[in-house]
Amino acid sequence: MIHLAGVNKVYPTHSGPVHVLRNVDLTVKSGERIGILGRNGAGKSTLIRLVSGAELPTSGLIERDMSVSWPLAFGGAFQGSLTGLDNLRFICRIYGVEAEDKIPFVKEFSELGIYLREPVKTYSSGMRARLAFAISMVIEFDCFLIDEIIAVGDARFHEKCNHELFVKRGDRAMIIVSHNARYIREHCSRAAVLARGELHLAQSLDEAFSFYERETALAA
Amino acid sequence: MADPAAKNAVTPSLSVAWAIQRRVIWALILREILTRYGRHNIGFLWLFAEPMLFTLGVTAIWTAAKAVHGSNLPIVAFAITGYSSVLLWRNMPSRCVGAIAPNLGLLYHRNVRPFDIYVARLILEAAGAGMSFVFLVLFFHFIGLLDLPEDVLQVAAGWLMIAWFGMGLALFVGALSQFSETVEKLWHPTAYLLFPLSGAAFLVDALPLEAQRYVLLLPMVHGVEFLREGYFGSQVTAHYDIGYMAAWNTLLTLLGLAQTRKLSMTVVPE
Repeated sequence: MIHLAGVNKVYPTHSGPVHVLRNVDLTVKSGERIGILGRNGAGKSTLIRLVSGAELPTSGLIERDMSVSWPLAFGGAFQGSLTGLDNLRFICRIYGVEAEDKIPFVKEFSELGIYLREPVKTYSSGMRARLAFAISMVIEFDCFLIDEIIAVGDARFHEKCNHELFVKRGDRAMIIVSHNARYIREHCSRAAVLARGELHLAQSLDEAFSFYERETALAA
Repeated sequence: MADPAAKNAVTPSLSVAWAIQRRVIWALILREILTRYGRHNIGFLWLFAEPMLFTLGVTAIWTAAKAVHGSNLPIVAFAITGYSSVLLWRNMPSRCVGAIAPNLGLLYHRNVRPFDIYVARLILEAAGAGMSFVFLVLFFHFIGLLDLPEDVLQVAAGWLMIAWFGMGLALFVGALSQFSETVEKLWHPTAYLLFPLSGAAFLVDALPLEAQRYVLLLPMVHGVEFLREGYFGSQVTAHYDIGYMAAWNTLLTLLGLAQTRKLSMTVVPE
């Protein structure tokens, strides 16, 4: 279970403090897939970073009693001068997983072939994203955090990613943040809307979507 | 749930936390070696080849210039003990200043904290400077230009005191630099100006009494004097107060840890 209670996040800016998240409460049970809708700048990525533990809240409580992934679909943390393989080994060392067993999977899945032994700075953005996704699938978690749609590569590769994540890991909990209602409908059993720093938990998917539409229309 | 997943659970016991910390720091060390030295030519040997070249260069210049250092010590011995000490305490802060910004992406992995990034760099610097010192001593001893230390334990203790000073200073200056760019701008001239005052290029005993008083306010001078006394024994009259240096070191370490903690609480991953 992941439990957030009264979570606030305030960033200092040159124009004074900005209250990005206000009193956010959220509970995610094991195996549950929850979607969080929000427009650009609504605080979705901040929320997911707080849940992952990469960043700490200004106030409030965050409890996790299952293992939680880093925010997926994030292609960064690659050292450009290192090879794809070096980067894989680094992640494996951090999480205490034997890297050598994982190389065949990453090589096959990322479709990088010989480029796995080349510096990441020579990769195209598509190659980078494929490597990032493949490496994300190497470490197992009880709950995956997914930031925005994993729109990696072409439609066929996208399909492969969906299969790896939603079918093979169908028993895991997931928190998916997106501005795309269709993506959330496809993959989530529950949804919430993040607007003006507040998280609105909906009774049903439909309620969440209509709330989100109203919010979007209001802002437009 | 799968076992590997359980291993990544979030509120670990102390022993698990220690194991995580160790493997994260080790992973960062390996990553740092690869990014800094790569796999080309001598690779990670640069870790101590680089400080060795510095020390050798300074030794050569001081020898050629017949540098006046106020003692009868052979110039090689003087330069190696002195310049190795400078490299030790000065390079650690230099490597920690601005160390977080290029590694912000790593903080997406919960177990990687700014403290780990600093510690990995500190261990590397200390290891590099230490190996360089030992190899140079052995090398010059082998070619007959340098006697081995009279008291190896005291040399080691002096070296550890200087390393501790460097680590405390590095944590403090490094974490501060994350909050203010001015710190980074000020660090480089400060380090440069402190070098001639740090006891590397003179023996305190050779200074006028008035100057001794002021120079002994600098904590690293005590470490260098202590190390030299261990190395040369009766050939030098050393001036030091290890308690004074330890107090400085403790203060810097506490300030450094506090500043690093503050940084951990507020840092925003890329």
